[in-house]
Amino acid sequence: MKFKLLFLSAAFIFASNCLAQVPTGDVLVRGGTVLTVTNGTLENTDVLILNGIITEIGENLSAPQGVSVVDAVGMYVMPGIIDAHSHIGISNVNESSAPVTAQVSVGDVLNPYSIAIYRALAGGVTSSHVMHGSANVIGGQNETIKHRWGLLDPDELRMADAPRTIKFALGENPTRVHGQGSNKRPASRMGVEYVLRETFAKAQRYQEAWAQYEEEAKSNPRAISPAYNGQLEVMSDILTGDILIHCHSYRADEILMLLDVLGDFGVNQITFQHVNEGFKIAPELAEFGAGASIFADWWAYKFEVYYSTAYNAAILTRNGVLTSINSDSGELNRHLYHEAAKSQKYGGLSDTEALSLITINPAKQLGIADRIGSIEVGKEGDLAIFDRHPLSIYAVNQKTIVDGITYFDIERDADDMRLSVDPESPIETTVLHSHDDTHQCLHEGALDLYDFLESN
Amino acid sequence: MTYLYSLLISAVLLIAPTKNEAVDTITVLTNARIVTITQGTIENGTIIVEDGIIVQLGTDIDIPDGAQIVDLAGLTVYPGMIDSGTQMGLVEVGSLSETRDASELGDLSPQMKALTAVNPNGVAIPVTRVNGITTVLTVPSGGMLPGQAALINLHGYTPQQMYAGFEGVVLRFPSTGRRGRFDSRSEEDVEKAATEALKKLNDTWDSAELHHRIDSTYQARPEDGRRPEYVPSMEALKDVVRGEQSLIIQVNTAKDILSALDWIKARNMTNVIFSGLAEGWRVADKIAEAGVPCLVGPVLSIPTRASDRFDKAYKNAALMHEAGVKIAIRSDDTANARNLPYHAGFAAAYGLPVEAALRAITINPAEIFGVDDRLGSLEVGKEATFFVADGDPFETSTTILHVFIAGYQVPMESRHTRLYEEFLNRNPGLNKHNRQ
Repeated sequence: MKFKLLFLSAAFIFASNCLAQVPTGDVLVRGGTVLTVTNGTLENTDVLILNGIITEIGENLSAPQGVSVVDAVGMYVMPGIIDAHSHIGISNVNESSAPVTAQVSVGDVLNPYSIAIYRALAGGVTSSHVMHGSANVIGGQNETIKHRWGLLDPDELRMADAPRTIKFALGENPTRVHGQGSNKRPASRMGVEYVLRETFAKAQRYQEAWAQYEEEAKSNPRAISPAYNGQLEVMSDILTGDILIHCHSYRADEILMLLDVLGDFGVNQITFQHVNEGFKIAPELAEFGAGASIFADWWAYKFEVYYSTAYNAAILTRNGVLTSINSDSGELNRHLYHEAAKSQKYGGLSDTEALSLITINPAKQLGIADRIGSIEVGKEGDLAIFDRHPLSIYAVNQKTIVDGITYFDIERDADDMRLSVDPESPIETTVLHSHDDTHQCLHEGALDLYDFLESN
Repeated sequence: MTYLYSLLISAVLLIAPTKNEAVDTITVLTNARIVTITQGTIENGTIIVEDGIIVQLGTDIDIPDGAQIVDLAGLTVYPGMIDSGTQMGLVEVGSLSETRDASELGDLSPQMKALTAVNPNGVAIPVTRVNGITTVLTVPSGGMLPGQAALINLHGYTPQQMYAGFEGVVLRFPSTGRRGRFDSRSEEDVEKAATEALKKLNDTWDSAELHHRIDSTYQARPEDGRRPEYVPSMEALKDVVRGEQSLIIQVNTAKDILSALDWIKARNMTNVIFSGLAEGWRVADKIAEAGVPCLVGPVLSIPTRASDRFDKAYKNAALMHEAGVKIAIRSDDTANARNLPYHAGFAAAYGLPVEAALRAITINPAEIFGVDDRLGSLEVGKEATFFVADGDPFETSTTILHVFIAGYQVPMESRHTRLYEEFLNRNPGLNKHNRQ
């Protein structure tokens, strides 16, 4: 007991430190069916969140004075949904000028005004892994954000202390952008491997040079340091395991290639993104310990996804691969619960397995499973409250809570939720969203080239 | 080895009867819950299918001798779902132009027929039909008048076998909306382009009406006149001008919908269908007043304006239905047209009565396309085009067990199911060689 208290207070201190800059809230969510994801389903159960942290889960909890109560009787309370692949809330997606751009970060271009953040919240999504595009073999760094709609400092969107991650990309996008688009390597999957090996090898040399210098500097104050290289600094952090790789990939062969490269350079943490042919090499992915973050059913939009199956989630899960379902889309991210539910049609995953695809599993892939992804005491108070079981097509999200604060409430949802309106805009622009538009990875490779191909 | 071989042969023999169920035999479905759509729901009912047609349907029906009997205890039969907007058979791989046959060159090509380019072996066809979607409208794109959409059943070895009895000329109505996130034209340019396009449309239609008059005069007294000049696009539009063929107008923004309504009124158009209607809810009463049926969707889409409530696209179908518009729901997809029941399901979750949502993917499109004598509901005399489910077809937990298209029992397999079977327990697994 004492230990538990100690642990709790430690958790508070830890949490209050890392959430120091953002507001947190207190709330008692009363009487719902709580889908904890990690500890089963608890009927008629209360969840108490204090200072943004889940402090108690049980029956008939009393709300401390001043703590607001949310009536969830007849409702389903699930962990806030985590989208492991998104491009919302940023003003740029690609730095496509070179095959390797590890030094850039989408965290530098966060845009808290993006209405897509609110729309994701409305679908019960509390966190997004906002990614760099897939134009480069080694792209920029990503940012894990929380959907704190209405906070206007971009830094307040960041999930403080979430592990750093970086985008890699294999296959058609980097070869099209650089090989076809700029007559630069890679123009083929052979070239992709070459760019990876070359860059990792340079990073190893860079690390060695610095280690040598630091050793020498101990005895020689006049030792000369190697030249600083921002890109290789980031690559070194990948080699030391401080940055997690999230790699855009489709075909089985290219995925195996990257596993080989990583093995040769001693890197053992990776999540493959999209990974439409992951099902073909599920045993290899499981053996490596690689994660897979996939679409529920997208396929056939380009050749490298022609041999796909909507049973990907089921095959990967049954073969022991840590699997999540992501959106990569400002449309899909509003109904990830429905995307996860498709794993029941295609392969018969259990309710908990299906919900794990959009909660605890992406949390593990992002290295934040100790903080979010399930409803457990000590975790951050991120919840979505649905009027029906979230895996039902008829489920409508009622409230989304982040850090104990209700940021979406269907009862208080006004028609216009924009945070800023351009006073110079005479009428509001109407945008018709074609399917290709919402499939952001189609475009994130090379917008101009794609448009060129489309119009020709 | 011999044992394995004989096992394989017997397996094939076991599968064969269901795979190649001949259309000319009698199939009897018993103990089924039958959602007829037009005549209520029958519990514990029987359906008798002969020559691809439903010949009997109801309770207390005698089962003929020698019929193939399918016991559907605990299961429900629904009419096949109809998707009112896809490019099925026209597009194989989205990004590869070699595999796209949906667009011809030029702005005016109403004479182009989608049916001509339908590839009966498109990989998406079985992927779609095993989900209970039996019939789709496949629609050409590109230019103002891209060609003629065709209603096709998702089984057949030739386009003609697949043809389900409806073709309509497509008009992409001049748009004042942006074409997507990457359309960076100025407001003025968008407006100007729309105005120019509308002028072009009117000029084209003036010509089509003139062509119709010349042709009518000639047809009335061929001996007196000169045969009208051969203009393929005008030949194709003539039937539309006469109201003998449907014009499917793709239109989305509120402003454009109103302008399309004005246009069809000014042109005295009687046989018109609207398609798209992303902002249909804004002007639903006007559409209802004009009595134009609408192919609405995709439901799973983003609101058209940043100021719109997050769920406006989900609610669009419900709001139009409430206003009295006759709606069918479309996926506007090809590879994932299989998600049609989920488009309808989301519309139902956001206010469209479940029954109306079902009608929007069955009898309503059948009526709009004028094929309700054959499709869209379970009735005696209609084609045996239906599916059997173990629950609500809108729910993802539901399994579709059988699909019949005009009496043909479709194999419940596709690339997606085959890959599942091959790779769920891959053999060899991690070993380099198969030693089993």
